[in-house]
Amino acid sequence: MPRLIVIRPGMLTTIQDLGRWGHQASGVPVAGPMDVYSHRRANRLVGNRDDAAALEVTLIGPELEADADVVCAVTGAEFQIDAGGTPIVRDEPFTVPAGARLRFGRRLAGARASLAVRGGLDVPCVFGSCATSLISGMGPLGGRALRAGDVLMTGAAPTDAPDRAGESAPLRLPQGGARLRVMPGPHRHMFTTEAYDRLFGSRYTVTPDSNRMGYRLAGPALTHAAGADILSDATPIGSLQVPGSGLPILLMADRQTTGGYPKIGTVITADLPLAGQLAPGDWIEFAACSRQAAIDALAQQERALERARR
Amino acid sequence: MTALVDFELREAGDSALVLALPERVDPLLNAWCIAVAGALRDSLGSGVRDVVVGYCTVTVYFDPLASDPAWLENRIRALAARVLRPSGSGGAAVDVPVCYGGEYGPDLDEVATFAGCTAGEVAVLHSQTAYRVYLLGFVPGFAYMAAVDPRIARPRRSTPRTTVPPGSVAIAGEQTGVYPGATPGGWNIIGRTPVRPYDPSRPEPFLFRPGDLVRFHPIDRSEYLRLA
Repeated sequence: MPRLIVIRPGMLTTIQDLGRWGHQASGVPVAGPMDVYSHRRANRLVGNRDDAAALEVTLIGPELEADADVVCAVTGAEFQIDAGGTPIVRDEPFTVPAGARLRFGRRLAGARASLAVRGGLDVPCVFGSCATSLISGMGPLGGRALRAGDVLMTGAAPTDAPDRAGESAPLRLPQGGARLRVMPGPHRHMFTTEAYDRLFGSRYTVTPDSNRMGYRLAGPALTHAAGADILSDATPIGSLQVPGSGLPILLMADRQTTGGYPKIGTVITADLPLAGQLAPGDWIEFAACSRQAAIDALAQQERALERARR
Repeated sequence: MTALVDFELREAGDSALVLALPERVDPLLNAWCIAVAGALRDSLGSGVRDVVVGYCTVTVYFDPLASDPAWLENRIRALAARVLRPSGSGGAAVDVPVCYGGEYGPDLDEVATFAGCTAGEVAVLHSQTAYRVYLLGFVPGFAYMAAVDPRIARPRRSTPRTTVPPGSVAIAGEQTGVYPGATPGGWNIIGRTPVRPYDPSRPEPFLFRPGDLVRFHPIDRSEYLRLA
């Protein structure tokens, strides 16, 4: 099977699948891609299952050398990319010829690209998943990001992979910021009405002190009705937790399993891929959303992923 | 077995539901949460992605395109109503040797100052209580235990350390715990254990489970080095 040799690792390139579910009760974080939609789509473009291990590229992309022809696809954030000097079109499968280098250049839009290879990356699983959890050091490569000199094995292409790559819709990338829909709660009773007015009526900024665990946001402080501490409970992805400072933190893919701050709301699942494409300096506006609208949006997104070539 | 427990069901976004009890550190409420979490895991099967116990909550993660949330709410209510309030801990007894103070417990003196006693007395107070594991969280194998003697219950440090050595035994208010790996941490470090809360090479990688009863016992430095 072809191998990829890491020449330059990029700023933060990690191996991800769809996450390590089912062990949070033992403190095992889920991890997984920041933009699940683009991860699944990149895998489908090369004929993989949605949960195959692929690379998540952050802001500054890597340079990788293939030791044999390897079929790849890049989705999500838009970069200038070439394979052995030939420009690569995003959102379509392409081949990196044996001995050639796949180079990520200038970033044009979005924050994170998914790079899938046919057959997926062949890396060891921990608790049934090969997602990289940076906080717990769990996953392939000892749970760390790629380094120069790492060698990544690719797996055998599944023979039963459904032909469903097609021209599914790419994720619409944020242009300087994004409007994210939020379901209030679960600690609605711990915030004042003014806090909700402020959350839904203000513009926040993703600060440089943000990472795969969460985005620390700058903007108007949100007032607690009674105290800023709760007894630790589970912290779903998309949670907007509000510590004593009143400045919300949007919990992302690499979040811890539990936390001790009240959560004013939760970004809906359909908007998490878009959130995953935000970079420090980008703005966020929050809009209230009902559960039914959230599920409708998710179903619509699923259809966009399924849409076949005509 | 006593009366059933009153709970609230809250939405945590479109893909999680939180069953919430009155918010307090209470062994009986927590034992009920653990029992409910077990019942939900057994009965809901592949319909849920994860079930997570908090101090007084149970969070159920699901795929809303695969399981209708309204249906799931009804199932959770029905299953939870059948779980009686357990009377005992139901967990295992776990013994954890600790070398208190010195290089292993850089915050022991500050806790002693807080308590108005000697470092040795802090070690005695910390090791004479049996602690309940209420939940695991933060990183793999980290157990939130309570309740620490109020005299030594120093609140967490205002500035967390960027990295805490694995095996560090620490206090934050009435909670105590053991750091499984080198992570950032804001708790007061009073000692270190050679035992690893998470060790993937063990048949059972996790030392602690929710509901366990944990006792710390003091060891000296040579004993620590022998066991480490």
